Amino acid sequence: MDTLTGWGRLPEPGRELLDEDFETLTRGAVLSRGLGRSYGDSSLPANASDRVANSRFANRIIAFDQSTGVLRAEAGLTLVNLVRLMLPRGWFPPVVPGTKFVTLGGMVASDVHGKNHHREGCFGAHVRALRVRLADDRIVECSRESDADLFDGCLGGMGLLGHILEVEFAMHRIPSPWIWMERERVSDIQAFLESIATAAPQWPMTMGWIDCVKRGKGMGRGLLMAGRWATTEEAPTRHPGSPHEITMPMELPNWALNRTTTGFFNAGIFWGHVRNRASATMAPERFFFPLDAILEWNRAYGPRGFTQYQCVVPRAAGPPAVYEFMKRLTTLGAASPLCVIKDCGPEGRGVLSFPLEGTSIAVDMPVSADIQRVVNGLNEFIISVGGRVYLTKDRFTTAEHFRAMEPRLPQFQALRAKWDPTGRLRSAQSRRLFGDKA
Amino acid sequence: MKAVVFGGTAGIGRAVAQRLAARGDLVFLLGYDEASLARSAADLMARHPQQARVQWALCDMESPSGFAAALDAADVALGNFDAAIVTAAMFATQAELEADVELTRRLTTVNFANTVTFCEHARKRLLTHGGGWLTVVSSVAGDRGRKPVAIYGASKSGVSTYLEALDHKFRAAGLWVLCVKPGFVKTAMTANLKVPPFAGQPDAVARDIVSAMDRKRPLIYTPGIWRLVMLVIKHLPRFVMRKIEF
Ligand SMILES: Cc1cc2nc3c(=O)[nH]c(=O)nc-3n(C[C@H](O)[C@H](O)[C@H](O)COP(=O)(O)OP(=O)(O)OC[C@H]3O[C@@H](n4cnc5c(N)ncnc54)[C@H](O)[C@@H]3O)c2cc1C
Ligand SMILES: NC(=O)c1ccc[n+]([C@@H]2O[C@H](COP(=O)([O-])OP(=O)(O)OC[C@H]3O[C@@H](n4cnc5c(N)ncnc54)[C@H](OP(=O)(O)O)[C@@H]3O)[C@@H](O)[C@H]2O)c1
Repeated sequence: MDTLTGWGRLPEPGRELLDEDFETLTRGAVLSRGLGRSYGDSSLPANASDRVANSRFANRIIAFDQSTGVLRAEAGLTLVNLVRLMLPRGWFPPVVPGTKFVTLGGMVASDVHGKNHHREGCFGAHVRALRVRLADDRIVECSRESDADLFDGCLGGMGLLGHILEVEFAMHRIPSPWIWMERERVSDIQAFLESIATAAPQWPMTMGWIDCVKRGKGMGRGLLMAGRWATTEEAPTRHPGSPHEITMPMELPNWALNRTTTGFFNAGIFWGHVRNRASATMAPERFFFPLDAILEWNRAYGPRGFTQYQCVVPRAAGPPAVYEFMKRLTTLGAASPLCVIKDCGPEGRGVLSFPLEGTSIAVDMPVSADIQRVVNGLNEFIISVGGRVYLTKDRFTTAEHFRAMEPRLPQFQALRAKWDPTGRLRSAQSRRLFGDKA
Repeated sequence: MKAVVFGGTAGIGRAVAQRLAARGDLVFLLGYDEASLARSAADLMARHPQQARVQWALCDMESPSGFAAALDAADVALGNFDAAIVTAAMFATQAELEADVELTRRLTTVNFANTVTFCEHARKRLLTHGGGWLTVVSSVAGDRGRKPVAIYGASKSGVSTYLEALDHKFRAAGLWVLCVKPGFVKTAMTANLKVPPFAGQPDAVARDIVSAMDRKRPLIYTPGIWRLVMLVIKHLPRFVMRKIEF
């Protein structure tokens, strides 16, 4: 049987259609997808026979204004393509996620955030217009001025309000094609949160890596990265080029990543960066997309697949809540070589967008018999502090928990009722979380 | 190069147009969908600022009566083209073709009779312009009669034979004929098929095509490994070919 998978490699039955003519392809489709970099079931069909349109071949740039940076392109344009085209010309997308293998459509539908969320908000904050195919097959152009409710709903709407055909947004002018980066070693979670708060007003880009395996003293030790575009004086004269990528040659066995190996891995990263503080110019692809250096690294988790738990702890709940979350993480045994912390600025206009002012924490976890218990445990805590999870990463949140953490759900469902009154658009995720019919 | 790309709106053809435009060659697109042509031309201009004006004309491989006018338009826009690249073609599975005789007639006409007709128009112009490139995408499917591509393969086999003879006949006159034999390439054409080993990407195939044109080669397999694969298949005895489903 044909199956489709997200980045976490847990399959759902279904197949996708591909064509340069995405507009025609979406006619009658119930779900769109791009490069399938969402971890969970956001881009997977609710039903094996659902018509799923893949935008990947529709990647034409429709217009680019050299003077303002406004770019309009088909939804399937990939970030890697865009970055490599525009970096030499002095432009960079206003917001990029941690991987360059995503489409514009996916960036809008997940309303992605980057290392600069505290400054620039989500990608949606920079989108000027969307061309959308609705559930009834009509095509509309929406923006902040026209059909603004549809526009806001599409930002972070996980494709559930319509198929995004074209995206218009403003690129940023950059002073050089290099990043000036500073890295600091931090001893524990408390120090970490202080450092990231100090860095925020000074640096347009911040993010941190913390060790989720280490318990007790030194829990939450890690590295804080801060960056900005290098000035012309600081930047090397050569072009950074594209980094060399290697492909994970095979699927590793399930046991390859376990508590002990991740512990070693983390210790390696932590102690590998021996100096407490370092700074350097860095190629933007290495700075923004460090994980892309190994293509298909998701195969390292073996055939069982994996998931990512990403949540945001509201600023109001304070550092103790983050500390408590880290404790839960370690006691629940959610070992991970990758735990990323980001500073989130205020909530944007996307009706279901993920970020809210606070601290975002993301942990990769192999899928085990225990996974539902772990996710439930973390969700209970997150609900108690008024946080929420990121849908594009989620596979295991229950409908009940989702309702409890998402006061905006009724507003979003009302939008769906307006723009898709017969309830045609759906995904495996909307079936699970919104109770859509299969 | 001043290149006409028939099929430059999708897949391999579009990737070739991108490669040429990126290095400053002039391109002119032919295709049968106006919206798709306009978008693809706009895309080439947006991506490559040195391409001030990319033009196009409608041309349907199913209506040979329009070939001359389309090539006239290209001649005017480019100032006598010196390369004609043909990627436009039809594909259908053997099951679809066996179920529909009309589809078989259409596909064999487009892929063979009309492709040769288009090439004849282009060849004459290239020779009057003093020579140049005639590059046509055929297929490894034409190398051996095989069960899953009996009809499609036959249409491509005819094209390959024609191109080989053109090379023999006109190379001395300055016509560089290139027969491109792709193996499996991940494009919309093959999106519904099971992906075999050694599948290629359109951009890598386009790189091979452009480099073969630069080197004035008469024939390439791309991805290159398919030369070996086909070498083996060409030498399999008939009793084996009757048994296997490949
Ligand atoms: C290594 C890694 C790092 C990441 N880092 C970050 C990060 O830092 N910040 C962040 O925000 N995200 C991050 N992500 C998540 C990623 O940015 C999102 O999942 C993104 O949506 C993936 O884009 P895609 O094109 O692969 O979309 P898919 O995974 O194919 O689809 C994602 C969602 O978008 C919808 N969709 C896709 N295209 C369309 C369309 N044309 N019209 C309507 N709906 C559509 C799908 O239905 C689905 O709901 C990361 C992912 C990975 C694998
Ligand atoms: N993909 C493979 O595995 C493979 C293998 C061997 C050989 N080939 C050959 O490679 C060539 C390119 O194929 P591709 O894989 O790039 O497929 P593709 O993406 O589907 O491109 C086919 C192109 O042909 C055009 N076309 C189809 N019918 C036409 C008609 N009647 N008139 C004008 N244009 C027409 C299409 O135009 P629209 O976009 O407007 O529809 C499109 O530009 C073909 O000759 C194919 O036989 C492909």
